[in-house]
Amino acid sequence: MSFIAVQALTGLAGAASLFLVAAGLTIVFGVTRIVNFAHGSLYMLGAYVAVTLARDWGGAIGFWGAVAAAALAVGALGALVEIVLLRRIYKSPELFQLLATFGLVLVIQDITRAVWGAENLLGPRAPGLDGAFALLGHQVPEYDLAMIAIGSAVLGGLWLLFHRTRFGVLVRAATEDREMVALLGVDQRLLFTAVLFLGAALAGLGGALQMPRQAASLDLDLLIIVEAFVVVVVGGMGSIAGAALAAILVAEIHAFGIVLVPKSTLVLIFLVMAATLVLRPAGLLGRAGAESEEGGRAPPPILRAAHGKARLAWPLLALAMAVAPVVIGEWGVVLATEIVVYALLAASLHFILWGGGLVSFGHAAYFGLGAYGAALAVKHLGAGMTPALALAPLAATLGAAVYGWFAVRRAGIYMAMLTLAFAQMTWSAAFQWVRMTGGDNGILGVWPDAWAADPLVFYYLALVVCGATIWGLQRVVHAPFGHALRAGRDLALRAEALGIDVLRVRWLAFTLAGAAAGVAGGFFAFAKGSVFPNILHVGTSLDALVMVLMGGVEHLAGPLAGALSYTGLAAELARRTAHWQLILGGLVIVLVLVLPRGLAGLAARAERMEGEA
Amino acid sequence: MTNRPFGGLAAFAAAAMILAGPSGPAQAADPIRIGEINTYSGPLAAFTDPYRKGWMLAIEQINAKGGVLGRKLEVVDRDDAGNPANAVRLAEELIKSEKVDVLAGGFLSNIGLALADVAARNKVLFVASEPLTDALVWEKGNRYTFRLRPSTYMQAAMLAAEAAKLKDAKRWVIVAPNYEYGQSAVAAFKGLLKAARPDVEFVGEQWPALFKIEAGPTVQALAELKPDAIFNVTFSTDLAKLVREGELRGLFKGRPVVSMLTGEPEYLDPMKEEAPQGWIVTGYPWDAIDTPAHKAYRDAYQARWNDYPRTGSLVGYNTILAIAAAIAKAKSANTDKLIAALEGLSYDSPSGNVTFRAIDHQSTMGAWVGRTAVKGGKGTMVDWVYADGAGFLPSDAEVRKMRPAE
Amino acid sequence: MTSLVVRDVALAFGGVRAVAGVSFTVAAGERVALIGPNGAGKSTLFNLVTGQLRPDAGMVLIDGRLTVGLPPRAIARMGVGRTFQVAATFASMTVRENVQMALLAHARRHLRLWRPARTHFVAEAEALLALVGMQDAAERGAGILAYGDLRRLELAMALAGSPRLLLLDEPTAGMAPAERAGLMAAVACVAAERDLAVLFTEHDMDVVFGHATRILVLDHGLLIASGAPDAVRRDPKVRAVYLGAESAGAP
Repeated sequence: MSFIAVQALTGLAGAASLFLVAAGLTIVFGVTRIVNFAHGSLYMLGAYVAVTLARDWGGAIGFWGAVAAAALAVGALGALVEIVLLRRIYKSPELFQLLATFGLVLVIQDITRAVWGAENLLGPRAPGLDGAFALLGHQVPEYDLAMIAIGSAVLGGLWLLFHRTRFGVLVRAATEDREMVALLGVDQRLLFTAVLFLGAALAGLGGALQMPRQAASLDLDLLIIVEAFVVVVVGGMGSIAGAALAAILVAEIHAFGIVLVPKSTLVLIFLVMAATLVLRPAGLLGRAGAESEEGGRAPPPILRAAHGKARLAWPLLALAMAVAPVVIGEWGVVLATEIVVYALLAASLHFILWGGGLVSFGHAAYFGLGAYGAALAVKHLGAGMTPALALAPLAATLGAAVYGWFAVRRAGIYMAMLTLAFAQMTWSAAFQWVRMTGGDNGILGVWPDAWAADPLVFYYLALVVCGATIWGLQRVVHAPFGHALRAGRDLALRAEALGIDVLRVRWLAFTLAGAAAGVAGGFFAFAKGSVFPNILHVGTSLDALVMVLMGGVEHLAGPLAGALSYTGLAAELARRTAHWQLILGGLVIVLVLVLPRGLAGLAARAERMEGEA
Repeated sequence: MTNRPFGGLAAFAAAAMILAGPSGPAQAADPIRIGEINTYSGPLAAFTDPYRKGWMLAIEQINAKGGVLGRKLEVVDRDDAGNPANAVRLAEELIKSEKVDVLAGGFLSNIGLALADVAARNKVLFVASEPLTDALVWEKGNRYTFRLRPSTYMQAAMLAAEAAKLKDAKRWVIVAPNYEYGQSAVAAFKGLLKAARPDVEFVGEQWPALFKIEAGPTVQALAELKPDAIFNVTFSTDLAKLVREGELRGLFKGRPVVSMLTGEPEYLDPMKEEAPQGWIVTGYPWDAIDTPAHKAYRDAYQARWNDYPRTGSLVGYNTILAIAAAIAKAKSANTDKLIAALEGLSYDSPSGNVTFRAIDHQSTMGAWVGRTAVKGGKGTMVDWVYADGAGFLPSDAEVRKMRPAE
Repeated sequence: MTSLVVRDVALAFGGVRAVAGVSFTVAAGERVALIGPNGAGKSTLFNLVTGQLRPDAGMVLIDGRLTVGLPPRAIARMGVGRTFQVAATFASMTVRENVQMALLAHARRHLRLWRPARTHFVAEAEALLALVGMQDAAERGAGILAYGDLRRLELAMALAGSPRLLLLDEPTAGMAPAERAGLMAAVACVAAERDLAVLFTEHDMDVVFGHATRILVLDHGLLIASGAPDAVRRDPKVRAVYLGAESAGAP
């Protein structure tokens, strides 16, 4: 009994630190409607700055001075990020916002490594709070109580701020209705900058307060952001009280989960998030209706079938890919195979993203299920290459059908979060279920059959199958099904009034895209010869998204251009620099800001200008 | 941990790169090329940077003496960003475009395995330097892959031997990260300790997710079991959190702790004066090993880099020494001849004599086993001995059972 | 035969009664206008009939079948075509593709994966566009149409489903007076030809009295009058709450 009480208390201390970070994230989301991926990076910076200050200036400002200074410094950085970046993307689609802030994650991580080095930095403990006291026969750290007190104080302070000050009232008003604030004669830009300052300072405070508990390290950003997302989504996006409640729930699940199901803690937390999104999409304390489906955006361009010279583009591209091996040499063939596979992955994502407005942030799940489907068939069933390649899309289809059934019932950012949760659940399973998947050690020896062992033969095989699948997807885009999907994206209300079951169309499209990604995954497995859990990780989903974004979301050729340039550049950069994070992150931000229509959009614009000249 | 490929500068550099094409066939006076792949970016740089400094020092020293067989050694290195799929692509590039003679590297186990797979597929020699997983030389071993560093099993065996000496420790608990490394280490440790001491029992296990330990609840749950002793496999940030919470909550008071890798400076140093004391660990007491070979190495390293060597430095250095010794023995950089040379190759390194076993391609490089202590505000190892890897490997019959026949 | 029966339908939004127990019928061949001041509950009533909203009480029957609880698409498939108060078309498609989409959905062919959508129902789409006077705009993008053209396109889409019951929410809003008459004449022509039941809302009283066979007057969620145009025009209650105020020029 006493064990349960002490464990619960420990959980509360964890909840306090989670709450600080999640509160900042949820406040920023409430006002700006941006899910700030870089919030975890601000938390990480808070930890680094606090450790540095406490070590080098600790004599002058003390432990708590260092914590406060770190929170303020990170708050100022948050304000700067708002002015320089976020301000320019408030009206962009959610996906672009996510990508831009993810670009920021990469940039901040690379800069942090350059400034502080890669070694973990352990800061000092809080003076006077570095011991433990006996409670019910257990030792409880004093700092745990301090964390609970600070967390409660911040919760109370935020309540006062939002209910007793003009600033707070304005922020709440802006959370409810952004346009209304503009009518109140408030300088909206200043308000948003201030909100970012507040949110970032909370993240910085959260990171700084971790000083006595853990070392500052370069992986803090992604570790905390995933937890914070879960808390914000479960609590209800934009709700501070919800964040507090969800932080307690999540932390207690951690505290007792390790006792009850010690080997499944990773999956557990994503299950909670997925279950919340399915059963109570607005979160525990969130308001329903925050899900906006049809925004007041510029009309999308008309999709016309290729005509004139453009009709030749696909056959010409196919021809170029077919004769390319003559020029590009042995290594070029290996790279070209990867490009073909990624082109199909990007095309499958583009199919639902552009064609259906379905924001998948977990497309890696279906690519990975395809790869694992093929690899497991080889490993456990002793299957040859052909049946394994056939099994790949089956596995992916099954996964996409199940996950998609839930995912398509949510819109926008909620769908993105739900797909992410499903993908991470799948990743957790592959990572921890060692007996089945080999865990982190993956599955090796997924080699092509003898007749396709020559990389050149395998290239042509991949080109034919993946190319045909891409072509098939293009057919579907122009077919009645593609139109019905797009009708649902343009105006679901109208589509329903015509007798179209929009959800069913979306679900079928999601499943179809999953199947196509599975085809790509199967070829990826045989191209690499091995499969590892990384393929299911959010990193792969982001790669696919960056490819689509780079190529241009609004063009059918976009995914191909994106896969070609992204994969090619990845290979090239790996040869030249270890600062790929800085370059990739910067590139993503620039793309979102300067070239939101991607390379294909650039080409189309050049063509138009030529036509006008 | 991020697992990202790379981004780019300009749109179609890919085509330009492809057209650049491979270099011509090797000439006798051309350098011997070693393709080196490791995770040089991201958080793992803390481990791979000393590693890189180690192999660079070895290359410089060897080339200063005229190289091997009259040819210089040249390393072409690549950053895999922690993603095995990247490592595979980079290996293909190094083999097919850069025409390297030997592949080396790998820090993460999965990247080591991925590279071993590519090496076998392309029939190129791969000297795995750092990856720990046992599968690399046993269940998934192949003809083309050799591994230098003492493996998970070997390190667990060294610690199990020490643990068996703890007469009063009968009730053990375990805390290990929940992935392949943690599971393998625990399986090996439990098996070996139980064999040596049938009277011990394992009364509880905690399996925190890698880098996501909930240290407070985990420590609480372990303390609740009132064990006699603890076996720890967590490392890096997880370890630091575990140590702090454990000290606060009195988990380690009066209980021996046996811990994998904790004596390595990479893990010990970030904890500074809070490093655990009295833990039985494997590691590398770099400042106290005063054999002439190690002293010379340490002095050269500190002179060259103005920094002290870590475990990775030694592994990087020894990797290049091994490759150089193999080339000298084979009198060629031909893959088949190199494999023949490496099987049974014995050479002297700063850590003593190392032999690559013919039976499973595992080297006998050992580790230092001792107790942790804090001296002068930082963690170090005391009462250590060098455990030669040769003494901590399973019997040949057992190896043959695990390793696929060729 | 009676195509639409609405009986004692009521709906409240957060305590505010939008529709407070309304009953009426619309028979095949009738063109019934539903009028009333802004906020009288006209669009709410439409959405209750087509399933976008679900009534708190009462029932709706279409061709004798109870529709309460059915989703809009199921009601659409029972032969109910509608237009929306804010014209609703698919902005990323051409005018013709919009109509083809409606035809494909009606024919239950919208899940087909292969033959391009633009090759389906070409003649039928052209005929419908001609009917609403849009044949020359078939290749234009629906996202850039003028408001009046959007209304026409929507009407064509509503008709594409071969409806038995047609609900038009302000079909002539945003059109020039001459166009209004033309459009309503086209509606009358189709309705007569196909023996449709038509229910429409409209602000323009010339259109209402010129084209309705019967008029329903809604105020504060209650039906206050119903009957032939002349009878409604003379009804003192109607004059008081609606026509009177308007003709007197009061706010």
